[in-house]
Amino acid sequence: MIVVDKPGMLATVQDLGRHGLRERGICPGGALDTLALRLANRLVGNGDDAAGLEITMGGCELRFERECRIALAGDDFGAQLDGVPIWPCWSMPVEAGQTLRLGGANKLSAKTGLRSWLAVSGGIDVPLLLGSRSTDLKAGFGGHQGRALKRGDRLPIGHSALDATRQARRAFGIRPPAWNTDCDDEAISLRVMPGPEFAQFTVASRDAFWREPWQITPQSNRMGSRLVGPELQRLKRSVDMLSSGVIPGTVQVPPSGQPIILMGDAQTTGGYPRIGVVIRADQWKLAQAPLKGWLRMVQVGAAEAHVAWEEQQHYLELVAQGLHAAGWPLPR
Amino acid sequence: MTAALPRMHSLGDAALLCELPAPATLAAQQKIWALADQARQWPGVTEVLPGMNNLSLMYEPARVDGEELEARVAETWPRLAATEIAGRQIDIAVHYGGEGGPDLPDVARHTGLTPAEVVRRHSAGEYIVYLLGFLPGFAFLGGLAPALATPRRAEPRAAVPAGSVGIGGEQTGVYPLVSPGGWQLIGRTSVRLFDPQAAEPTLLRPGDRVRFVAETIEIVEIA
Repeated sequence: MIVVDKPGMLATVQDLGRHGLRERGICPGGALDTLALRLANRLVGNGDDAAGLEITMGGCELRFERECRIALAGDDFGAQLDGVPIWPCWSMPVEAGQTLRLGGANKLSAKTGLRSWLAVSGGIDVPLLLGSRSTDLKAGFGGHQGRALKRGDRLPIGHSALDATRQARRAFGIRPPAWNTDCDDEAISLRVMPGPEFAQFTVASRDAFWREPWQITPQSNRMGSRLVGPELQRLKRSVDMLSSGVIPGTVQVPPSGQPIILMGDAQTTGGYPRIGVVIRADQWKLAQAPLKGWLRMVQVGAAEAHVAWEEQQHYLELVAQGLHAAGWPLPR
Repeated sequence: MTAALPRMHSLGDAALLCELPAPATLAAQQKIWALADQARQWPGVTEVLPGMNNLSLMYEPARVDGEELEARVAETWPRLAATEIAGRQIDIAVHYGGEGGPDLPDVARHTGLTPAEVVRRHSAGEYIVYLLGFLPGFAFLGGLAPALATPRRAEPRAAVPAGSVGIGGEQTGVYPLVSPGGWQLIGRTSVRLFDPQAAEPTLLRPGDRVRFVAETIEIVEIA
């Protein structure tokens, strides 16, 4: 069992999400940074679909009642296992009784500092519900009792593919994913494809969308990142929209003119114009971008999005091969 | 009528939006459902999501590319019939007015009908589930009598109880879960619209026909 001594601001059980049920109004949810959860899972010998924890803004303390192996991805918030530092994308053996502590917000980086994903060998063994172990906070089901973790919660650990020898192996790490930003400032660049209603915005607003930096407001959550910047305006002749599908990464613009980038817990349909959609390969950056951090939207087409996705898959494949060479199972 | 091809536009790098020109009609929506039924069988299509007068297709670009998918929609569309899908008839028992329907007097005032007449007309209607969205199991229903249309509340409620039956503009529907909401609440049902433990997690599916059956009516006469 893992005992939650301090949950921090928001910690939930998440896997890769609940798919195939959007037409029933059920959002995919899941880890907002699936790349991070995949990496953390691979580092502890799990399949990619094992459930882990998504921890928001650190401040979390977890006690492990039995030996296992853990990995953190995303921001580490100065994490320590009984006083020994654990860095992002490291794989660490844990002895029974040890405590993992994540500190407060990390002021050292302008690009991370919001969320961490923790994998434990064997995965968090909560019941599968509608094909996933993810917590749906809005609908109150899945994960651990359909809610955010509280002090005193006990989370069962599943069966690990690693034998005791490999589980106890000394710590090692891999290189975390590259931010390869092409901005000259501290902003995080997100590659965005124009959305279905892009042409309904004024020329000035379209230009501003690509040119101006956007700041993430503290009103952001797992449903969406709310941005502040120049007011984006639609052309006068634009008509009201009917309910239409929205997916994580969709940049929708409500009448306030201030965009919201939808995330995993957003509702499945929306009625606001979609000026753009963040490509899949860059959604992890948004999941890690700190509150009050800055974003830049970089216009790309389908071909570039495809290359970016392939590069990310290649990186994941290299990680899998490297771990396999070191005796770890290949991810399912 | 709906012979014109839907407008197609990418929704990011792994989804395609197919959208019909206004107005939204039942016949157009029936073609949307027919396209959804075909598309969910296509290789590389992972999920279909009907909207109002539109359909989003999620796909795996490693298995099918976006242009290929557009071509497939364009080729399929003219051959689709606006068939009535095998929707089911679902009756939802409602306790109108009282604590569960605090806005019934406001709806009556706005529509110029008596509360009893609002209930009579609401429960006389036959509604069709156009799509599900907003919340798990929340159905966007077509078929509200135009005389019952009432604007949303100026101040949305922070927590609308599960099972609340409401009117929002020209739409009516039932809140499956406690949620913030701005619709005018006229009643409440004890029928469960969403159950994550069930094999069929939502009571309603697109294409279903819904009737509201007045179980009890609680009317406080207003001055």
